[in-house]
Amino acid sequence: MDQHLLSIILFTPLAGLAVLLFIPGSSKNVIRIWANVVAFAGFLVSLPLATRFDKGASGFQFVERAEWIPSLGVQYLIGVDGISMLLIMLTTVFGFIAALSSWNAVEERVKEYYAMFMLLQTGMIGVFLALDFFLFYVFWELVLVPMYFIIGVWGGPRKLYAAIKFFLYTLAGSVLMLLGILALYFQYHAQFGAYTFEIANLMKVVLEPGMERWVFWAFFVGFAIKVPMFPFHTWLPDAHVEAPTAGSVILAAVLLKMGTYGFLRFSLPLLPRASNDVEIVRILAILSIVGIIYGALVCLMQKDWKKLIAYSSVSHLGFCTLGIFALNPNGIAGSVLQQINHGISTGMLFLVIGVMYERRHTREISEYGGIAHVMPKYAIVFAIAMLSSAGLPLLNGFVGEFTILQGAFEANRVWAAFAVSGVILGAAYLLWLYQRVMLGQVTNGKNLRLPDLSAREMAVFLPLIAWALWIGVYPKPYFDILEKPVQQLVERVKPGYYQGQAALKAGVR
Amino acid sequence: MSVDDAIRFLPELILILAATLIMVCDPLTSTHRKSTLAVLAFVALLAALAATAYSSTDPGKAFFGMIVVDGFATFFRAIVIVVGLLTVLSSNRFLEREGANSGEFYALLLFSISGQSMMAASNELIILFIGLEISSIASYVMAGFLRDDSRANESALKYFLLGSFASAFLLYGIALVYGVTGATNLSDIGSRMQPDSLLGGVAAALMFVGFGFKISGAPFQMWAPDVYQGAPTPVTAFLSAGPKAAAFAVFVRVFTVAFGNIGDRWEPLIWISALLSMTIGNFAALGQTNVKRMLAYSSIAHAGYVLVAITARSESGVAAVMFYLGAYALMNVGAFTVVGHISRKGERYLRVEDLSGLGVRQPLTAAMFSIFLLSFIGVPLTAGFFGKFYIFKAALQSDLIWLTVLGLLNSAVAAYYYLRVLVVMYMQEPGEAVNEVEPLSPALRLSLICSAAGTLILGIFPSGALHFAVKSAVLK
Repeated sequence: MDQHLLSIILFTPLAGLAVLLFIPGSSKNVIRIWANVVAFAGFLVSLPLATRFDKGASGFQFVERAEWIPSLGVQYLIGVDGISMLLIMLTTVFGFIAALSSWNAVEERVKEYYAMFMLLQTGMIGVFLALDFFLFYVFWELVLVPMYFIIGVWGGPRKLYAAIKFFLYTLAGSVLMLLGILALYFQYHAQFGAYTFEIANLMKVVLEPGMERWVFWAFFVGFAIKVPMFPFHTWLPDAHVEAPTAGSVILAAVLLKMGTYGFLRFSLPLLPRASNDVEIVRILAILSIVGIIYGALVCLMQKDWKKLIAYSSVSHLGFCTLGIFALNPNGIAGSVLQQINHGISTGMLFLVIGVMYERRHTREISEYGGIAHVMPKYAIVFAIAMLSSAGLPLLNGFVGEFTILQGAFEANRVWAAFAVSGVILGAAYLLWLYQRVMLGQVTNGKNLRLPDLSAREMAVFLPLIAWALWIGVYPKPYFDILEKPVQQLVERVKPGYYQGQAALKAGVR
Repeated sequence: MSVDDAIRFLPELILILAATLIMVCDPLTSTHRKSTLAVLAFVALLAALAATAYSSTDPGKAFFGMIVVDGFATFFRAIVIVVGLLTVLSSNRFLEREGANSGEFYALLLFSISGQSMMAASNELIILFIGLEISSIASYVMAGFLRDDSRANESALKYFLLGSFASAFLLYGIALVYGVTGATNLSDIGSRMQPDSLLGGVAAALMFVGFGFKISGAPFQMWAPDVYQGAPTPVTAFLSAGPKAAAFAVFVRVFTVAFGNIGDRWEPLIWISALLSMTIGNFAALGQTNVKRMLAYSSIAHAGYVLVAITARSESGVAAVMFYLGAYALMNVGAFTVVGHISRKGERYLRVEDLSGLGVRQPLTAAMFSIFLLSFIGVPLTAGFFGKFYIFKAALQSDLIWLTVLGLLNSAVAAYYYLRVLVVMYMQEPGEAVNEVEPLSPALRLSLICSAAGTLILGIFPSGALHFAVKSAVLK
């Protein structure tokens, strides 16, 4: 089973989709049950990945390879390292949570809705698994289509605008990325006389510095739009706000990570010198810091609850990219962990909003107040989600942000100083949000009789809360998993980094 | 005429004989049984397809080198015949609806295809011209087939006048070529053409004008939107796929084999035309409200993409042209078939809005239309994606970096107007047009499923077709 584990994980949702097509669209509950079964099965089959993953081994594990288009050198080549393993686990967990949380939220075209989610799930897993650049691109583009429909069909009032904007933004970015991919592809052919998209091979290509920078920027546009980094973030608030709850959850928890993952898997290893170029790193760090602070400031201004959380993603993802371009072990490991954390916390926050939206159908913060009196369980869940996002110690967000800041400090103290302000602002807008919505007296009569969380809703939150606590209290397993891949990345971009550090320590002693 | 000659000319022979047979049978068939003639045409096309496959087992030249059966010819013969098959499937119900079902239509269709098939296999300027005229004259009549429809009349007249102009340019070019080289055989021209020949360059330019009209490449694209909009939809589907593919086939063959020597002279022309076609097509399509007109502009843009591959002047460029046209034929015929199905009697419902809610009322039709649209956009796992990928790969290989960048950005712009159709189909409430739409007839369903399946298969397992294209891209 091990040699096909990844394919099983990848195609389980697709197999579920094939069966789903034969269920008549009118039997909504059957469809819902089936979708949940498939999503849960998707999670179950991914469990062996976590348990059998060998964190001591370097390189990729569970590798599968088959020819796809031999004349182009395209392979079906998949495998995982620590980074992608964690992101896949994030994807499968959220696949299940998204399915479970949509039970009551979607009443129209239920079958198509879940079909799109299953397609999306395969696409996202594929992005994290692919070790062939072409295959990666295929999955990367494939994700666009179901997400486009999820936003456009089941979204809010301005869904059409949001869906098209999402699609066009990402597509524009990815065609430029394709150009970069092809540049590498031809360079490989020029230097080694063969055509391949395999990342391990493409890493051998030595580009002349000018060209390497061009390729870097081509990749950058594709990935930065997806992350999204300032100033490419403008599609995100629209898409997040208009998407249905489960769509926002997946968008925030998993889809944005495709961008940061792209930097880690492709930009850094394939273009190490451009990634370590002083100018480029400075530009990226500044964009990240602007994103952190700008995102947080915009959050303080929001009247719409969901939009606030959407902008908080811009801020939090700013931390992730800052960590990556600190280009040291702490920064990168922290960044990956923070990607997981952001998935958990922001996913939870969108679910929290979804729960309330199903009851009241408004997201205006001013419509609420004193909800804690009416819905005590909800208040606790919201508090944990909010605090984990704000980075309270003993919850997951703290570990990630702290490690990133350590990395940033090591790279450049000024960066760290600016980035810290993002943590403070983050606490401010989240606590203020919580205060306005949950605390005080119930100000709006419509909120007096809201039912508290149902068992199903609790089932959605509990695993996420447990996960948040686990990372917050005992993050060591995660850092162990990340150690090898991060080490390889840093060695690749900054050769001799570890020896330098060792020498430094010896010198201090 | 030896047996070999006959076998290599068999597809055309079958089509011409069947067309004549249909014309003879037409007066003998009662008005409500004209569908039998459609069946006859369908069978003839299948036979022609089989003959194409059979003749390709023994490649070579026929009729003193006037006809050549190689992989390239076989590929394009197959494309035009498949387009013909799909057109027969989708036009029968359409013609019945418009009260114009007659044998004439199928005879014209077969004649037109025989001309295109001849073009694909022509290795000689005269045969090329004859094929082109057979194909064109039949399609002029088809464009105006609905005699009482003023738009169709306008369309046919415009198509005829401008098409004749184009033929004249082409003929002028052919005359000059003969003057310069004293040959009409493509291989002979190729070997006798001097690289610095000025007149040769002029001849290439004139022939490019002629071909440019036929493929609706800018700046000779003006006729396309009006003609495509006015012609009966199945005819539009046919015009935008079959004659176009055949015209591209001769274009590529003439410019690679005969004008290969003077490539530096004509490359800038095609570079400019490619960029203009993509840009004009895509930006004009953005503002269209009529689906047929939108698809017409999109077809100009797609001609632009193919021109990019021709600009590459390489074998992989030729292979890209082949693959793309195959993919494009499938998705374009499919898309127009859906439009024809929705438009209803008198083609009343042709606005983009008229498709609203199709996803609710006819999920299958909408799903297949979505596949075609996604393939137009170039989303992976559809044929359109590999087509575009292959074209831009070929262009980069020939160092056409700016053309590639502009082409890729163009394809991102194009996504907007295709997405708009997806939006109205799935994200808006069903409107008047869709509420009363009749169920898909079995023939239509078959035609759509075949095109959609083809689009997906070429998108998921492109290896076979790519391999064939690469192998056949060596033109001598």
